[in-house]
Parts: sequence; structure tokens; C-alpha cells
Amino acid sequence: MNPRYLPLTATIAIFLIAYAVCIAQYPNMLSTRVIGNLLTDNAFLGIAAVGMTFVILSGGIDLSIGAVIAFTGVFLAVLLQATSIHPLVAFVLALAITTAFGALMGAIIHHLEMPPFIVTLAGMFLARGMAFVLSIDSIPIKHPFYATLKSAYYKLPGGGRITLIGGLMLLVFALGILIAHRTRFGANVYALGGGTATARLMGVPIGGTTIGIYALSGFLAGLSGIVFSLYTSAGYSLATVGVELDAIAAVVIGGTLLTGGSGFIAGTLVGILIQGLIQTYITFDGSLSSWWTKILIGLLLFAFILLQKGLIHVTDRRRRHA
Amino acid sequence: MSATLKAYAVRLFPQVAALAVILLMVSIAFPGFFRLEMQNGRLYGSLIDILNRGAPVALLAIGMTVVIATKGIDLSVGAVMAICGAVAAAAITSGHSLAMTLLITLGTGILCGLWNGILVAVLDIQPIIATLVLMVAGRGIAQLITEGAILTFNDAGLIFIGSGSLFGLPMPVVIWFAFGVIVALLVRRTALGMLIEALGVNRRAAMLSGVSTGVLLIAAYVLSGLCAALAGIIAAADIRGADANNAGLWLELDAILAVVVGGTSLLGGRFSIAASLIGALIIQSVNTGILLSGFPPEFNLIIKAAIIVLILVIQSPRAQSAFVFLSRARASEKKTAGEAK
Repeated sequence: MNPRYLPLTATIAIFLIAYAVCIAQYPNMLSTRVIGNLLTDNAFLGIAAVGMTFVILSGGIDLSIGAVIAFTGVFLAVLLQATSIHPLVAFVLALAITTAFGALMGAIIHHLEMPPFIVTLAGMFLARGMAFVLSIDSIPIKHPFYATLKSAYYKLPGGGRITLIGGLMLLVFALGILIAHRTRFGANVYALGGGTATARLMGVPIGGTTIGIYALSGFLAGLSGIVFSLYTSAGYSLATVGVELDAIAAVVIGGTLLTGGSGFIAGTLVGILIQGLIQTYITFDGSLSSWWTKILIGLLLFAFILLQKGLIHVTDRRRRHA
Repeated sequence: MSATLKAYAVRLFPQVAALAVILLMVSIAFPGFFRLEMQNGRLYGSLIDILNRGAPVALLAIGMTVVIATKGIDLSVGAVMAICGAVAAAAITSGHSLAMTLLITLGTGILCGLWNGILVAVLDIQPIIATLVLMVAGRGIAQLITEGAILTFNDAGLIFIGSGSLFGLPMPVVIWFAFGVIVALLVRRTALGMLIEALGVNRRAAMLSGVSTGVLLIAAYVLSGLCAALAGIIAAADIRGADANNAGLWLELDAILAVVVGGTSLLGGRFSIAASLIGALIIQSVNTGILLSGFPPEFNLIIKAAIIVLILVIQSPRAQSAFVFLSRARASEKKTAGEAK
């Protein structure tokens, strides 16, 4: 088997084994209701993680997404409370702002040649600060259109529901996979992650691709913010603190190499599902405390980093022998 | 000696000037800003407040400077603070003496640093990712120790570290200042600092020229862990309890920011602990200044972001080459003007 697929296979195997263990202990976890909730509860995280996967594939990092999600939520809530415009118009406005915001960060990273870490850190402060300036209260969203969107779902056999936001996450993942593997932009992202100098020699437009990647991440963070505001029916500037860490963890557990250039969008979906599964298990158990989630995710992160290190070591040795 | 002093002055000038401008701006908005009072043998005033509140970030910045100089980064310091605060509270409430508690807590910090250091130096994992593991899991571990509650304590000795005073200054100020001086002397009066810079510029070249890079790398992360432990003790002693959820939350970002404001490049190499400490004070002055001047605290983060962007622009390779170009152009203009005369 191509060693490229090994991390992805390991992630899927771990998910299936973990799910089997959960079912052995709590047979009710097999129901489509649990699966439907797993998708709905992690929809905003999943959508943001698709953007994060592209950023990490290119060898960068985006710390701003949690703050951008919160900003989008507050922006929508304030806009819908203060004016009478239709939520769909507000959605378009929010997406335009977050996409431009991401593109701006990409431009700074490329033109000022600064590390993405510190640029997106500034972006995180700025987005969170803008959310604070808009409002420090938790504002409810009571627009009837929100109720319509929330009540839209596809009923699975067994009583489970794929809600609009859960379905949207799956759609975003499908589009993400298409962009990564079937477009020139996707190939450019992989090339950039393999090494900037190499990519430049290959004729990859470095500047355009970098700006595109962070704009895409900003767009998806905005979309994630819309989904989060649908999920909670409110906008709050202190919400979704640290979501970028969950997203990074999901990407790594999904088998993407953090140095860039290797990995799969599909792996991130499984990474999200594994995190969701741990939380669901803890809810089912009832006696385990929530902090075990963090420790388990930390351990999983560590295990996958070691696995990737081992793989690189093995392929290097094979190449040397060949 | 005076040449060395001059070099220091040139190196620290931008940071000191920035700090002075910020303090002046705050004093315009808040007239009583520079007033100091002596009460019960301890100094009080806004300036002292900045030094005191800035203690955790200043301590973290010391370790972070050395780690960043090795071309690394330590994201786990906030979580390590939470772990160490929890360990200190748990140890003192279970009846250990103060000395023993401090020993256990500092040992925990060193252990956390050792873990990070081994991941980076021995397993050769990228620092951002290696320290991410402890950052994610650390808060969980801290909550495991405090069992999810805020663990309070009443030990006078431990509380003294957070709110006592020595030589008329609050204890946290004395601790970070003394620790900063010790570390700065240690790296600058020996060859250690130069070796760290060599390692940060090019690890392979440093190794080939005989620097034991592995040990140095681990030592840098251990120092960072130790700083986080000290900061964790101060944060816990200050509120007389260990809060696993909020102790040191996002302080790793403030510490990295302090180092960047201090002019140490994230790409490794040349570093200055004094400049990072001034960077920490700049951040704290902005925080305190916004509160004092009656500006809505909502703007705090936006101002911080603006400062980062400004510093990024000044420090970026493009801008640097532009500065060099401009100064050369000016120099050659002078030269031609002189020749014309």
C-alpha cells in the first residue's frame, strides 16, 4: 500500500474501533439519532476545519478562525436586531467581510514575508476585538427565517435527523475534497506545502495561492460562524474561544502532515468525528468528567504525530536503500 | 565597556521609546498616573501596578525568548501555568510544607519542559506541534488535579508570594526582576547565549561545529517550563486558589507577543531578554492604560492587533531592505552634495 494513505487508514481504523467499543458498551449509540447529532453538533467545527486543512496543507497555520466565527455570530445578531434586512443578505455581507479579512491576512503573510503564526495571531486579536466593539452581550436572534432554517432536516430511517447544518458540513467536505484533488488551486496548495522554493520553480503563483488559501479559510470560518449562529440562535463575542485548536487537532488526527504537503480533507472529517465520538461517549457514560476529552485528544494528537514521524523515517530509509 | 553599553542602548532604544510614548499618552488621559505612595512599607501607584500585573507575562517572556531564539516556540506555557498552580494548591492543602510545595511545583514545571524538550530535540518534532500536545492536554490534566473545582488555600507563606512585598515592592515584581537578571547574566556572561543563537540560526551548522544542540534545546524548553511554574505559583497565590480553567489562559500568546515586541525574530537567532521584558511591560501598560484612561476595554484587543501589525511591518524583511535602501540613498546624496562643494 502507498504509505501516503497509511495515516488516513489509521484514522479510519481508530474511528471504527472506537465506535465498536462504544457500541459494545452502549448499544444505543448505534442509532441514527446519535449519528445525526454527531453531525449537527460538530457542523461548525467541521466547516472551519476544512479551511484549516487547506491552510495546514500549504504549510501555514490560521489562529484566527475561532475569533472570526464569534465575530460573524455577533455581526449577524447585531445586524438582524438593528435593521430589518433579510438574513440571507446578512449572510452574504458576513461572508464578504470574512473572506476579505482572510485575503488581507494572506496578503500580509506573502508581501511582508512574515510567519503565518504571528499574522493570524494579530488577526485573531482584531476579529475578537471587533466582536467586542460590536457588542459585549449575548444577543438572541429571533428572526422567523432562522426558525425555518432550523426546522429543515432530512429524516433518516430510525428517527435520526440530518439537519440543514449537518448536511451543509458534509457538502463543504465534499466540495473541499473536489477543490483539493481536482482543481489547479488544490494542486498549487499541495505544491506550496512541499516547499515554497520548489513550488516557485515549478511555476506556482505563490502570492495568489497564499492569498487564496487564507481567503478560503476566512470564507469557511464565516460560513462556520453562520452555522454556529443557526446552532445557538444567538451571537456572543466570547463564544468559540479556542476552536482553532480543536480544528488543528482534528486536522492532525485526520492524518495531515503539519509541515504541509501531505494529507487529505476526508481525514479531517474523520478527525472531527473522533473528537465528537469522545464527547458523545462521555455524555453517555455520565460519570466521566469533561476534562477527559482534552486529555484523550492530547494523547491522540501525540500518537498521530509519532505515527507520522515513524512513517517519514521509514520512507526516508526506503528511499536511501533504493 | 562603554561600547557595550552603547550597543545595549541602540538595541533597546525602540522598545524603551515605545514604552515611554505609551506611558506619556496614558498620563495625559489619566493625570495621577505617575504618582507613587509609600504605605505600610510598600509602594503603591499605577506604575507599580503595571509591574505587578505584568509579572506572569514577564516571567513567561523570559523562557519564551530563549525558546524562540532556538527557532522554536512554546505554546504550552499557559497550560503549564494551570498545571503548576493546581499542583501547588493541591500540595499545600494536603499538608506539605511551603518549601516542599515550591519544590514539587517547580519540579512539575521542569518535567513539563523536559517533555516538550524531548519531543523537539530527540523526536525532532516541529516545536509548534510538539508543544501543542501539552497545550491541549495540559488544562485537562490541571482539572484532573483540582477535580474540576477551584482549589483554594489559606497558607500565609504561599499567599505572600502573590501579594506580599519585599524592599517596598510587591513580591511578584521582585521575583520576575530577579529571575530575569539571573537568566540574562547566565546567558550573557557565559557562552550559552551565543551557542543558543548559533543553534537558532542553523541547527545543523551549530551541531557540526561542536555545539551539543540536543542538550541546549532541551534546556531551553526546561527553562520555559520553569518560568511557567513560577508564573503559575504567582497567579495561584494572587487569587489564593488554583483555577484550572482560567489560570494562564491565552498568556502564551501574550508572552510570544512580548518577545516579538522586544524585537527577537520568530525565525531564531539574536535575542535580548531585557527587550522582551520591556515588551511585556509595553503590553501590560496598554492593558492598564486602557482601563485607567476610561477607554472602553472592548478596544483593548484591537489596539493590540494594531501594535502587532505595526511591528510586523517595521520588522518585515521587505521593510528592512527598504530602510537600508533609503539610508543608502540619503548617504550617497550627502556624499554627492559634499563632493559638489
